[in-house]
Amino acid sequence: MEMNKREGVFSGLTILAFCWAVVGPLTMKFFADHGATVIRVETSKRPCTMRSSAPYKDNVPNYNKGGYFNYYNSNILSLSLNMQLPEAREIAKRLAVECDVFMENYTPGNMEKWGLGYEELKKLRTDIIMMRQSGYGSWGPYKNLPAFGMVLVPIAGLPNFIGWPGKEPLPVGVSAYTDCISPRFATATLIAALDYRRKTGKGQLLDLSQFETALYFLSPAILEHVSSGREPERIGNSSPDAAPHGVYPCQGDDRWCTIAVSDDEEWVNLCREMGRPEYAEDQRYKTFINRKKNEDELNGIIGAWTSQLAAEDVMERLQAVGVPAGVVKSAADVFDDPQLNKRNIYWPMEHSEMGMFTHLGQSFQLSKTPSKAYSPSPLLGEHTEYICTELLGMPDEEFIDLMQKGVFE
Amino acid sequence: MLSHCRVLDLTDDKGFLCGKTLADLGADVIKIERPGGDPSRKIGGFWKDIPDPEKSLYWFAYNSNKRGITLNIESAEGLEIFKKLVKTADFVIESFPPDYMDKLGLGYSGLSEINKGIIMASITPFGREGPYRDYKDSDIVVMGMSGTLYQTGESDGPPVHISMPQACLHAGADAAVGVMIAYHYREMTGEGQHVDVSMQQSAAWFQANAIPTWELNRKNLKRAGAFRAGMSKDVGQRQVWPCRDGYVFFNVIGGRTGAKSLSALVEWMEADGGATDFLSNMDWDNFDMFTVTKEEMDKISGPVGEFFRSHTSKELLGGAVPRGVSIGPLSSMGDLLNDECLRERHFWKEIEHPELGTSITYPGEFVKSSEVDCSTRFRAPLIGEHNEEVYTEIGLSKQDLIKLKQSGII
Repeated sequence: MEMNKREGVFSGLTILAFCWAVVGPLTMKFFADHGATVIRVETSKRPCTMRSSAPYKDNVPNYNKGGYFNYYNSNILSLSLNMQLPEAREIAKRLAVECDVFMENYTPGNMEKWGLGYEELKKLRTDIIMMRQSGYGSWGPYKNLPAFGMVLVPIAGLPNFIGWPGKEPLPVGVSAYTDCISPRFATATLIAALDYRRKTGKGQLLDLSQFETALYFLSPAILEHVSSGREPERIGNSSPDAAPHGVYPCQGDDRWCTIAVSDDEEWVNLCREMGRPEYAEDQRYKTFINRKKNEDELNGIIGAWTSQLAAEDVMERLQAVGVPAGVVKSAADVFDDPQLNKRNIYWPMEHSEMGMFTHLGQSFQLSKTPSKAYSPSPLLGEHTEYICTELLGMPDEEFIDLMQKGVFE
Repeated sequence: MLSHCRVLDLTDDKGFLCGKTLADLGADVIKIERPGGDPSRKIGGFWKDIPDPEKSLYWFAYNSNKRGITLNIESAEGLEIFKKLVKTADFVIESFPPDYMDKLGLGYSGLSEINKGIIMASITPFGREGPYRDYKDSDIVVMGMSGTLYQTGESDGPPVHISMPQACLHAGADAAVGVMIAYHYREMTGEGQHVDVSMQQSAAWFQANAIPTWELNRKNLKRAGAFRAGMSKDVGQRQVWPCRDGYVFFNVIGGRTGAKSLSALVEWMEADGGATDFLSNMDWDNFDMFTVTKEEMDKISGPVGEFFRSHTSKELLGGAVPRGVSIGPLSSMGDLLNDECLRERHFWKEIEHPELGTSITYPGEFVKSSEVDCSTRFRAPLIGEHNEEVYTEIGLSKQDLIKLKQSGII
């Protein structure tokens, strides 16, 4: 298949992806950002939930003007196919066979319904690599349970670690938090699978459950339970290993700074910087054990100091004397963060419906093969004609005929 | 899948997950600790609450499937031994302060002179360059600077931290992706490269819709407690619902995505006698989250909340599965170990710890491959456990090892 080649590590690699929500595109972005041709199948009959999620350009709901969708889908191509029609399913099969990787994160059963299950694909191409990445795994008792990150967060147990003692558990404020966990595992695995195929000639089925990968972010807590039988308790902003440790109010509306003191030297430096060197010698706070014992009192003293200052001042002054401290950054702060911007976390690109719009960029830096902003997030079906006629070599008449049948809706 | 690859893992807890991921994918990961053991072995909790560097559960969790050796890379002899190991390796991962490896001559340029194909990953709190590069970290500090902390907590209270460290895991997982992309490139060209991972950036990478909401509407998504903010013009949606014996999470989601789950829930409530006419007559397919009013939201939340309160979390999950209602009960750690789905999928693995005279249940695998076993196969190494095995592989004799041990190099 002739591909419009982009430079980059994955130049020439093609992936067919039935992506849903955030997990799909985040996985695909790693490949697309390094030059792979990622073909994302969509349909106007049922657009991705992110296309109908706020915020919108000009505050008007529109599939092509959604900020949520457009933030996460740069460099990805969109092919519109109405999979209810057999012709559409045929096109998907042709692409599946010609692509290097097939990835999907739909509710289990959909691919089989369309004749795109692993066993069927394997008949068409014996060395196919298929990555499935559903909420609870493509088989097992919960396979039919629709999964959203917002629900995977609690079922994986995370809210046990968020909130105040005796109060209700809280969600991670960045909702659907688990959506960023499985894409990393999926990507590392897929690249290993490509290598394995190069070396052995064998493809494979990779079944990843977002639930299970989320538990990898809680492994130590699970082992603690296995060891002691105890359940975790919500501890607010305190820490078993550091005191003082918390979030302190600063000057201004809703401004906060974190401070984490994990040894005596940091404590002495904090006291000095607060202009209260006497506390460093005070028996009530001199040792970690005593600081922990008198933590509430201590938090009051520190809060009284920080609330006189800007959060940025607290951070800069404490960091200058070697005390871990940081501004609690709002989205606006993160957006303007000098460190993150220097590291190209954001890619502003001209988008035909959004105008100049900031897309999510890279999460790490490669010294020789940096990731790249090739194209803004696609309009729904934006690349349908290109993919069918250029990549698949479909004659124009056939394309028009299929279009009239509604195959590309 | 990566059984032909060798990884030298110099990280502390900032980077454990990178090596663990590669080890699960089959790579030979050699954890290199300073003589006496890595300071991260002091991270609690401990097996049976006994503080001991050989009983740190944090260490166990993220160093299984790795071998372990001790080596003082700051000594001249240790440095030479490390360089020998680099010749045999594909990846070097480290999480020292930004210039530490360069000062030892082990920065990327130094390593690539020894082995042109070597892939190096450096995991630091904020990155190797830039205004924050020398800032000191702690998980709460990094999560605060990534944006996650600000959005978590009660709307009228301070931001609330996730008390299990997370930033290091985002960074470790990203490092695994980074080195694999670099590996793909090396397989094409023979050339290695340097992967620079920042914990702040890895944690900031996913902020749901907070960044576009700021850019498009100049609105900072705020903490919303048990609610979800930012999906509607005017109202938040409750996510955390008390049930008879705990909490369940459920999101009212609009359009066709939410319609299936919502109409199945209403049908269930109807059978249970808890549905209202408002709920039964609702056209969920065309229910629009963006324009929903507070009054409508209340008409949904009232009876739904009542329904949840009258059932246990077990009943709710049990009823949700066959009906396809997206309900997530808040699992305790014990619930997870007994979870039907995890059990049936053989997620948990029993790993032998002969020194402790027992086996321990571990999260078993992050992916199931039809070709290769990617599960947790053996426990984390004891201090210096594989010194003899690894050092004899690179040509050191038993006598050498005794001398190196006496001089504190291994």
